[in-house]
Amino acid sequence: MYRYDQYDHQIVKERVAQYSDQVRRRLSDELTEDEFRPLRLQNGLYMQRHAYMLRIAVPYGLLSSTQVRTFANIARKYDRGYGHFTTRQNIQFNWINLEDTPQILADLAAVEMHAIQTSGNCIRNITADEFSGVAADEIIDPRPYAEILRQWSTFHPEFAFLPRKFKIAINGALEDRAAIAVHDIGLSVIQNTDGEIGFRVMVGGGMGRTPILGSEIKSFLPWQHVMSYIEAIMRVYNQYGRRDNMYKSRIKILVKAIGIEEFSRQVEQEWADIKDGPSTLTIEELERVSAYFAPPAYESLPAHDAQFEQHKVDSKAFSNWLTRNVKPHKVPGYASVVLSLKKTGVPPGDATAEQIDFVADLADRYSFGEVRVTHEQNLVLADVKQAALFDLWQEAKAHGLATPNIGLLTDIICCPGGDFCSLANAKSIPIAEAIAERFDNLDFQHDIGEIELNISGCINACGHHHVGSIGVLGVDKDGSEWYQVSIGGAQGNDSAIGKIIGPSFSAHQMPEVIDRLLKVYVRERIEDERFVDTVKRLGVAPFKDHVYATQIKVGLLVGEDAYA
Amino acid sequence: MREIIKDKQVVQDDWTLLRLQEGETAADVGIPAGKIIVPLQVWKAQRATIGSRSDVGVWLASDERPENLKDDVSAIPVIAVDFPKFTDGRGYSIAYNLRARLGYQGELRAIGDVLRDQLFYMQRVGFNAFATRPDRNIHDALKGLTDFSDVYQTSWDQKSPLFRRVARDQAGAQG
Repeated sequence: MYRYDQYDHQIVKERVAQYSDQVRRRLSDELTEDEFRPLRLQNGLYMQRHAYMLRIAVPYGLLSSTQVRTFANIARKYDRGYGHFTTRQNIQFNWINLEDTPQILADLAAVEMHAIQTSGNCIRNITADEFSGVAADEIIDPRPYAEILRQWSTFHPEFAFLPRKFKIAINGALEDRAAIAVHDIGLSVIQNTDGEIGFRVMVGGGMGRTPILGSEIKSFLPWQHVMSYIEAIMRVYNQYGRRDNMYKSRIKILVKAIGIEEFSRQVEQEWADIKDGPSTLTIEELERVSAYFAPPAYESLPAHDAQFEQHKVDSKAFSNWLTRNVKPHKVPGYASVVLSLKKTGVPPGDATAEQIDFVADLADRYSFGEVRVTHEQNLVLADVKQAALFDLWQEAKAHGLATPNIGLLTDIICCPGGDFCSLANAKSIPIAEAIAERFDNLDFQHDIGEIELNISGCINACGHHHVGSIGVLGVDKDGSEWYQVSIGGAQGNDSAIGKIIGPSFSAHQMPEVIDRLLKVYVRERIEDERFVDTVKRLGVAPFKDHVYATQIKVGLLVGEDAYA
Repeated sequence: MREIIKDKQVVQDDWTLLRLQEGETAADVGIPAGKIIVPLQVWKAQRATIGSRSDVGVWLASDERPENLKDDVSAIPVIAVDFPKFTDGRGYSIAYNLRARLGYQGELRAIGDVLRDQLFYMQRVGFNAFATRPDRNIHDALKGLTDFSDVYQTSWDQKSPLFRRVARDQAGAQG
């Protein structure tokens, strides 16, 4: 993975000093809270309901075991013993004291990490496919480009105070695992018919109040121009994006208002000034950065291991885990393992300090000391020998990290919601927990098959509800919390925005609503059809009819009381 | 006379900034003698009479286009860009385009809600003068110009990105 050189170290060190002084000035009232807010946000520090939340950047989701251990230390030393992995492949801590933040940043800088631009109206952490470099269907490894763009966007002087936050995702495989269609800019690394490498560029996708899939603005952008072309897009957006209404200030609204053709014309005009200028990427720099992502020292292994095959036959539980949590690898004899952070009873994406340390340990012993964070809030060990999978599974199971539910109903994407976040209209974690508890039966989950249940506590859509097969959105009605349900959303190559099925529900009704949706699916599905395909074929109507056919009791007991 | 930061130093400033008051119009407002920075609209309306003065500068609001001054950049001694609030970042692109696209060489001044923590970015996109908010210590603000000793990307101040300027480490160099 990428390692800092003296320049990266120097810039991050100076950032710690700059930020520490900002905190000092805030604490001595030289800065008002209004003046400090945009400064702390550019450093990922949010004021939440009970305390500050600090979000730490995990560039394109890639971590060394040393960095992972630092998270465990932060969780123990400065927080309440756990951390929360986010849908932007970052980690956040929910119980932070302002006075501690300079020291936390210094601790992070020592392991080549920071919290720069993890919040605020600037270019955020760039996300990428969690299986970059190892996926069997990869065309080009996107990580060198992600790192080059990370450096380019870090403290870009012109784009620190954009109309709104700005998110870039990069994918380099046949299957889109980076949700590029719902990003402000979505890049796919591709090869044209002449064998040249470049990007398909999409712009103006996003979730939030107005979910829109991105439009293609360039079908093939040669790799050399990636920085200057994105700079041109940013310059148009910075000048013309709306600033009068925060709900209309994302680039998607600008692109929609003037149309992709006009937007593209303006970008070309800005680009003409800087194209082929010094920002043009050189082959030397691309090769320098790419060398950091060279494959690790893989052994030559047979494609099949006899003992592994035997374990598969002997243990149904192991075989279930392989089906759901283990992904094919491009090198024979290796596999990628998804460690589930979606165990029933635990908030999605949460991990304790003990688990975080344990994951670092697993990475050292099984996967060349590297860990990846997925945008679905799980962790990945990307390079595990097939022959070691059984041992790894047993260890992970003992630490609550082997729930075989990746891609299934209880692999819920969920924002922190009203329990923590001051933006939220409604709680989201208790909804996720109630649903997970109701459908805890793994055989049932495997029968239902691939389905994405995404929950957001407000319209900002941090839980990606628009692209869930089932999306749940917390809304406020007369001061109480309600939940609006949509179905048929999808991410990836066939991205789609879900459709709302009807009036919203109370928290207690939600597990029953999910149950009724699934009953229609089970009744109507054809062969191996996934939930989302059934919705696509039949439309919302049959689901809606069944869900609203009879009243759902609101007074159901939940949690321990339900079993009393 | 108030102080501003210019070319990395705190200096006395003898320019007056003209903002239109209620009831005044761009065409009719009187322009006193002496160094004065007028709104773009006034410049456009009264260019015939004030265009030849060497002591008239122009300021742009954050929603005004720098291209309005395309034909005048060689004659105007001071162009200011207003930051109505700290978080309005349009002025950064206005400044960049004034310098890079329109070739403006004179004093480029940031006015309005201008505080220490913006100055590093502002000087990078082409500002060389800063009328920082008068309720704050200007000598403290000066420190904002030197927050970082190096940068990754190009802008007006640095024409070459880090990867073209220096020999950076190769993979494995850290051991």
